[in-house]
Amino acid sequence: MAGKSKSPAALWPGLAALAAATVYLIALLAAERQALIISLIGVGVAAVTFVAWFRLFDALSHSFVENEDPLGACAILAVVAIAAYFRDDHFAMLLIVTVLLYSVATLGLNIHFGYAGVLNFAGASFFGVGAYTSAVLGTYTAVPHLIVLAAGGVAAALVGLLLILPVLRTRGHYAAVVTIAFALLFKTFLEVNDVLGGPQGMQVKGMKLLNWSFNDNVEIGPISLSFYMNYFVVSLALLIAAFILVRRLERSWIGLNLDALRLDNVAASCFGLDVARWKITAFLIGNVLIGVAGALYGMVGGFVAPNNYTFADSLVFVSILLLGGIGNPWGVVVATIIVVIIPEKLQTLQEYRFLLYALMVTAILLFRPQGLMPRPVRRYFPEWRP
Amino acid sequence: MSGLLEVRGLTKRFGGVVAIDGLDVAITPNEIVGLIGPNGSGKTTFFNVITGLHAADAGRVTFADVDITSATARTIYRAGISRTFQHSRLSLPLSLFDNIMIGNHTRLNQGLWFNLMRRAALRREFEDGYRAARALVEVFEPALVARMFEPVAGLPMIDRRRIEICRALISAPSLLLLDEPSAGMTHEETTELMDDILLVRDRHKDLTIIIIEHEMGVIERITNRCIVLNFGRKIAEGPYREVASAREVQEAYLGAA
Repeated sequence: MAGKSKSPAALWPGLAALAAATVYLIALLAAERQALIISLIGVGVAAVTFVAWFRLFDALSHSFVENEDPLGACAILAVVAIAAYFRDDHFAMLLIVTVLLYSVATLGLNIHFGYAGVLNFAGASFFGVGAYTSAVLGTYTAVPHLIVLAAGGVAAALVGLLLILPVLRTRGHYAAVVTIAFALLFKTFLEVNDVLGGPQGMQVKGMKLLNWSFNDNVEIGPISLSFYMNYFVVSLALLIAAFILVRRLERSWIGLNLDALRLDNVAASCFGLDVARWKITAFLIGNVLIGVAGALYGMVGGFVAPNNYTFADSLVFVSILLLGGIGNPWGVVVATIIVVIIPEKLQTLQEYRFLLYALMVTAILLFRPQGLMPRPVRRYFPEWRP
Repeated sequence: MSGLLEVRGLTKRFGGVVAIDGLDVAITPNEIVGLIGPNGSGKTTFFNVITGLHAADAGRVTFADVDITSATARTIYRAGISRTFQHSRLSLPLSLFDNIMIGNHTRLNQGLWFNLMRRAALRREFEDGYRAARALVEVFEPALVARMFEPVAGLPMIDRRRIEICRALISAPSLLLLDEPSAGMTHEETTELMDDILLVRDRHKDLTIIIIEHEMGVIERITNRCIVLNFGRKIAEGPYREVASAREVQEAYLGAA
């Protein structure tokens, strides 16, 4: 990478990709007939293959790295535009909100896998801790709902403290096995616990802020909006906050500490790093994100049950990470869109959706092991020049 | 005079193998000591015990009059002992700057709030860190300054060694442990690297160095004296020329006649 070949600010590849993705997503979400959906997905796969074949992905991610702020703003606009298009379509809006909240949760998991190197296969369990927290607090107490969201994050962090202790005492695959055991135990715990509704689960009250009830459709003059639009606003705000948090974390000394201990914890401790402290910190921050997203998602769905937070669901989160590119928040968001929307639209898939995930992950590991958008080298202050 | 590093009766066993056997070593400030001996004589283990990676089974280590025998690697690093590794242990996907800054860990503000919320202050610290790293890298290889934010994985072996030594020096330690810095390099590269190390040492006077090295030319040229180990025991000590002609040393290397 010679200094000269770095084009100063290639904004257009990022903009073009964003515009194309926006139009494509609107088309995909609006499509009803299976034949049309399948051909649209075919077009998408062909486009991605084309881009990969001509090695345009690097130009694309370069563009995003160099122009993160303007492109981030454009991405927010694009999401708002897509939501505006589907303003009264409940199903499409639910999918969009799902993408936003799964992105938040996967950003949290990204801190575990991508930075701290904690292979956490219990992501859905912590998502569930958040959701159950909002179910319990909403049912039994009158705690304001913003605090309920925060409580979801705190609860996930506290439960995470239980898990991180054995994880710290094990290494590599064994630590991963500990988290798998936790995921299985968590589901069983929910099923046998009558206070939490047992296998049938619990109702979750819709979100309410002061007099703004989220489960009512919104009427602004002649325009009527799906009630999911309320959740969309909060979810988008949450995703933006989570994205900025993860970005700042990576572009700080803490991000460096985490990379150092993930890559070589012996060398890291030789240079004064407290490996346990940073692993715990990263694990808890990640869990807060997962828990808050779970708490809000519980309210969106209106219902929580043990079957929604199984080991298989954790694997969905992991496959999002692998697909997007571990450590790259942009990749996480892109991969969430793919993993959430395609199986929902492809109704013909039905129970074969996990087969699709398996195929996607296998393909990505074979052909692009760093994920669709590999993580670039850290830039503490992207606009800074030596 | 009081020594910088005092080691008394240090012993380290791995199962039935006695890697270090009742070793006594005294290092005075500002000297360069060569630690030599055949393979498996306990040189790297000695470094690992000093830096807290292995716990000693017996004996006592004091550094600047503080007992560090059972201290953690972190505490020892904070006390001012820094090291390089026999097999390069850089974080290959990270940039040169990142790798050097890992060595600067104890001097960077590690507060969560500071790192996430006080970006302007973090930026000042980052710029200070960059200047310090650049000044150090310039000593070793000015051409590397332009590649400061590229992954270390793209560097040849000699440059990786240089970055590793920069990482060990950025925190201005008082004792530097170099574990076979010439491994995997040509003779010319080794000479160049040693000159650079001496240059850095001349700049800040209070740097004591213990160097493990198989290249005897290096040992002869830069060390004030040598300690020779064999089977974990000290078999000779003194200036290189004396030590090299000692009978025990020749037997250890070449076998008894």
